[in-house]
Amino acid sequence: MSGTPDDTKPVNFTVKAPVYLQIGDAKADTAHSGVCVVDVNLPFGKPVNIEEVTFKNYYTAYVTVRLLRRNPEQEAPAKWCTAVRDLPLMDNPHTEGGSQDYYTIHRTQMQVEPDHVVCARLILRQPSLAWLTFSLEDIQIFPHTEPDPEKEVSDWLSDLTLTDQHPDLEGLPDPQTVSSSIQQMWALTEVMQTNQTTASIGRFDVSETHSQPHLSCNECVHDGGDVITFGR
Amino acid sequence: MDEGIELSLTIAQIIQRLRGSHLHSQIERQAKECLHQPDVKLESLKEDVRSFLKTSGWERKLQNAVYRELHIQLPPRHPPAPPEHLKEPLVYMRKAQASWEKRVLKSLNSMSTELGVPLAHMRPAAEQKELTNKWNEMGTDEPDLSRFRPVYAPKDFLEVLIGLRNPNHDSSEDISVRSHWGLIQVPLNVRDIPHLREAYSELNLTSGQMGIDDHALIHPVVMEEDSAAAQQYSRQGCPTGLRADLWALILNATNQPQDVMHYEQLKAGVIQHNLLVDNLIYKDVKLTASNDDYYFVFEDFLYQVLLCFSRDTAVLEHFKYNSATPPKSYIQGKVGDEECAVVYPPNGVIPFHGFSMYVAPLCFLYNEPSKLYNVFREMYIRYFFRLHSISSHASGILSLCLQFERLLQTHLPQLFYHLRQIGVQPLRLAFKWMVRAFSGYLSTDQLLLLWDRILGYDSLEVVAVLAAAVFAFRAENLMEVTSLASAEAVLADLSTLKVMPLIQVFLFATAM
Repeated sequence: MSGTPDDTKPVNFTVKAPVYLQIGDAKADTAHSGVCVVDVNLPFGKPVNIEEVTFKNYYTAYVTVRLLRRNPEQEAPAKWCTAVRDLPLMDNPHTEGGSQDYYTIHRTQMQVEPDHVVCARLILRQPSLAWLTFSLEDIQIFPHTEPDPEKEVSDWLSDLTLTDQHPDLEGLPDPQTVSSSIQQMWALTEVMQTNQTTASIGRFDVSETHSQPHLSCNECVHDGGDVITFGR
Repeated sequence: MDEGIELSLTIAQIIQRLRGSHLHSQIERQAKECLHQPDVKLESLKEDVRSFLKTSGWERKLQNAVYRELHIQLPPRHPPAPPEHLKEPLVYMRKAQASWEKRVLKSLNSMSTELGVPLAHMRPAAEQKELTNKWNEMGTDEPDLSRFRPVYAPKDFLEVLIGLRNPNHDSSEDISVRSHWGLIQVPLNVRDIPHLREAYSELNLTSGQMGIDDHALIHPVVMEEDSAAAQQYSRQGCPTGLRADLWALILNATNQPQDVMHYEQLKAGVIQHNLLVDNLIYKDVKLTASNDDYYFVFEDFLYQVLLCFSRDTAVLEHFKYNSATPPKSYIQGKVGDEECAVVYPPNGVIPFHGFSMYVAPLCFLYNEPSKLYNVFREMYIRYFFRLHSISSHASGILSLCLQFERLLQTHLPQLFYHLRQIGVQPLRLAFKWMVRAFSGYLSTDQLLLLWDRILGYDSLEVVAVLAAAVFAFRAENLMEVTSLASAEAVLADLSTLKVMPLIQVFLFATAM
């Protein structure tokens, strides 16, 4: 698996001001067409392999992502291609659902391989008349890093399951030693029961710790602490 | 986010929450003890222990615990999303909630200064003794509450909701298609009758409902002790005798020794300290529940539950997904220093006028105080908190109000128009019903049938549907009224209404 946004830094790029397309004469007619184009220029001379694109929505209903890719081996000119077409960000363009949510578009969700990308273009659509404006905020592009060859899927899964939090054990005996000594004593009683002698083996008291309520007992080792008394 | 990643994160979150819980240690102990059994063999140890846990019912208990966690779990966070976003995604609603909270706090603080009553003080020993003796009959106490007044009433909250505006919403053009006759001006997505018919298909006119078609009984699921099955069963109503157990099962509100112990600790807290909000609770119970024909007998129970509820810091957890934020109070002179801040009241919830009505109906089901307390607390942190905070959630009071208005405008346009002509906004009549989830307005057996569906469908939408259905039922009378007072009179008494036929007819027999 490749690096997550926590490890990698987003690519520095410049975002041009969003251009709201208009119908008819730009000066006279101020009716919004509900389409906006945001151009993202990646650093010149350094094509990027995109891992994921994250952004915060602001009342955009659909987004289309187009990428300008330049294949370094071939001398062919750079070509535009569509990575994501009309991804819905709001369930209903007229209502609030999803209007201010955070989104991530991962490379696996894209229709083409987002490698050697020189420029990205986000086409935003908001067909509803209910909103005064719409845009995307905090657009970030994370580069794809080559996966660490030793790490496999199982390692990643085990990273996910959280490690045991060792409870605070001040003043209490180590639970491992207590449980192993209990096991030894229990095995002894099994032996005693099968042998059935009349000799006394003396008293072992492992005091129980949970008859009195504690006020801050989230992490005390109570579990399994039964009273065990041996002998006659 | 990738679905596989989401699932693994969810699983990891649930494991973390359940690890170290009492259930975890109980299952471990059971697993150890089952090793004595002859049919548990060393070669197939894992499978044998697993099948033992299954047959003895422990796996089902674990399933119920996981199911309960799923109900209150937060969706997995996107890396850049701040925690406030999980409480409430819309910025302008967060701001509105914050300024509303400021107003409430100011009111509480000024009450404290005016009356000279501190927010909290320790009771003298004599008073503590007296309270311990009188714990089961606190209702006989007649303290002087005339100076206290509720911090706010539902109608104040309604004014705030009405004033909410989305700064990005274009309300300049009055396009007739979009024109909304009601008071709520926020464009939330609410479901209309066709969608509701799909979602609430179990309420169809053709399926039997408890309380109407009692001969059409289905096998009780209490024997199986499965939360999810009980929730599904509750959609068609619970039989009266089984309701208490079924609700406890759905909410996974077990009454284990540690729950009883927790309740006793809270009771000790009540005896030791006197909080200003205690007086608000007393006043509220005296004003509402004690005056109600059905609930006045439970006055003592209400004190026992609500006073303990104010001191329960376990409730603070629900603020992760509640748009509200618990108020903080600072030690004298150290305002702003987070280390000297403490949440007030300890559970972060300031009671308002009518709050005790959330507890009152439950007194019919449970007579053991700690069980009653557990069930109420779980119901509050799952559903009731949404009725008095500003949020865009589908079960939030704002969505319920909008849904009520939309249903009325779409399916009873003549009535809505007539009411507006005489200067009556329907929401002003229905709001008080919805804020209390109809508690205190319906007769108790009908109310419990309604709350069966809230639990069964895990949503408060039925409350909005019922409000619209009541208007539909009384439409003829309402068309004849000519003033606000007469409209209120028509809708004053709901105690004779039968809830389920109203909802069924409104959802499934309304002409489309």
